[in-house]
Amino acid sequence: MLDALLTLIIVLLKIVALLVPLMVAVAYLTFAERKIIGFIQGRMGPLHVGPRGWLQPIADAVKLIFKEIIIPSGANRFLFLLAPMLAMGPSIAAWAVMPLGENLYITDINAGLLYVLAVTSLSVYGIIIAGWASNSKYAFLGALRSAAQVVSYEIAMGFALVGVLLAAGSMNLREIVLAQQGSLLHWFWLPLLPLFVVYFISGLAETNRAPFDLAEGESEIVAGFHVEYSGMSFGVFFLAEYANMILISMLTSLMFLGGWLSPFQGIPLLESLFGWIPGLVWLLLKTSFFLLLFLWVRATFPRYRYDQLMRLGWKILIPITIVWLLVVGAAVVGGLGPWFDRV
Amino acid sequence: MSFEQFVFYLFSAAMLGSALMVITLRNPVHAALSLVLTFVSGAALWLLLEAEFLAITLVLVYVGAVMVLFLFVVMMLDVNLARLREGFVKLLPVGVLAALLVVGMMIYVVGPANFGLDQVAEPAGHPADYSNTRELGLVLYTVYVYPFEIAAVILLVAIIAAILLALRKRPSSKQQNPDLQIAVRKEDRLRIVQVAAEGSQAARPEEKG
Repeated sequence: MLDALLTLIIVLLKIVALLVPLMVAVAYLTFAERKIIGFIQGRMGPLHVGPRGWLQPIADAVKLIFKEIIIPSGANRFLFLLAPMLAMGPSIAAWAVMPLGENLYITDINAGLLYVLAVTSLSVYGIIIAGWASNSKYAFLGALRSAAQVVSYEIAMGFALVGVLLAAGSMNLREIVLAQQGSLLHWFWLPLLPLFVVYFISGLAETNRAPFDLAEGESEIVAGFHVEYSGMSFGVFFLAEYANMILISMLTSLMFLGGWLSPFQGIPLLESLFGWIPGLVWLLLKTSFFLLLFLWVRATFPRYRYDQLMRLGWKILIPITIVWLLVVGAAVVGGLGPWFDRV
Repeated sequence: MSFEQFVFYLFSAAMLGSALMVITLRNPVHAALSLVLTFVSGAALWLLLEAEFLAITLVLVYVGAVMVLFLFVVMMLDVNLARLREGFVKLLPVGVLAALLVVGMMIYVVGPANFGLDQVAEPAGHPADYSNTRELGLVLYTVYVYPFEIAAVILLVAIIAAILLALRKRPSSKQQNPDLQIAVRKEDRLRIVQVAAEGSQAARPEEKG
């Protein structure tokens, strides 16, 4: 009994140790977004709260917490308040299987990849329930757009993941990273290049980020599914979206860019020179790169029209993944080096 | 009661309760959400049986995709509940009869006579490195490869049939050609005209492009 209690406490501590930095990262990701998009557009971004604006996300959080939560008349009260939690829950739950290093994880399950795919597919419920429960036309339109979009892009995303598990021969995220060991060229971005691109694009669509943010679509449906939300109930949606962004970025770096493996692996002099850097640093650097890409894309591309979005998903991304799955399958069977000849 | 039993009864209760809610709740959206809860509880029960692949696939396919589309449809339809409840009393005997028949059949088929511990050996636990997915794949693509492929083809036929049923060309409907839209270049749409600044003598209006 005491043993079980101790295990429980250790697991809880691990969860806290993961979630607190995650929440801080989310807060400062919003700051980074405003700064980076500001620089891209020739502005300075937030400057006034704290030194050079560094306390801005804290001020935003305090503001959101102290604002009143308004429940519109005619809204379904229970579902209206449940929706933000349903959006937040999956984006945190998916972190349970994320390996941050070879021996740094909360759980290490065999079906990790499937688990991540299943859990992230649940986050759409928060959006569609929010849209329906708000009793507002704009919110409802946003919810319908989002539902169709997420279901469509999940297929391309799933196929990209099938390619990864074919290449790694495992669905365990830790083993997927270990299968990429060797050098920069052993990482899966090279043999799975089309899947890598498709996965990142689908990731943009799954997190409802620009240029696929039709669920929000400020110019036509005001703010989409969360138009009726205020205060912290809106803040939770916001947190979920940014936590999902970090999740997708980290998954992309785990599956295609070798996770915590050093990019200098296999290069004689540099490998020992940079050997002292812990794997976590490499992983965070790779994740930050994809986060930058998220923001960069948002500042660069205009929003897709709805039919263009569907066309891209069904007629371009899915055929590409299917074709490349055949290629990867043939390469694995043929033992194409240096990636698939280790068996 | 061991922890596993506790988890089993917890999720069984959740599953039965939410399944009951699916058929009793008046609001179709609430009923659909209860169905989601039923699926999730079912997945949890499968996890207890160490069928992690099936459990996660249930969540992925049914909860993550099928129920989303279900909700999508239910939310858009304006279901007239009064008309649905019409004739409830009149049809009640038929309904009760059908329900009794189904219950009797299910007890007969999945009762302890066929699935008791004296018929089927108690499932043994597997070591941690046992991969459910691998075993399932091995069986599915060797022993059951023909049934599997035939099922896939049947599903494909169903998809094509459903699309064909919905596909009808009306002469009045307008369509966009994405290829043409993408192939558009700046020169096709944009004309740059040099306009003389007011008051200046040097610049003459020149026709360009």
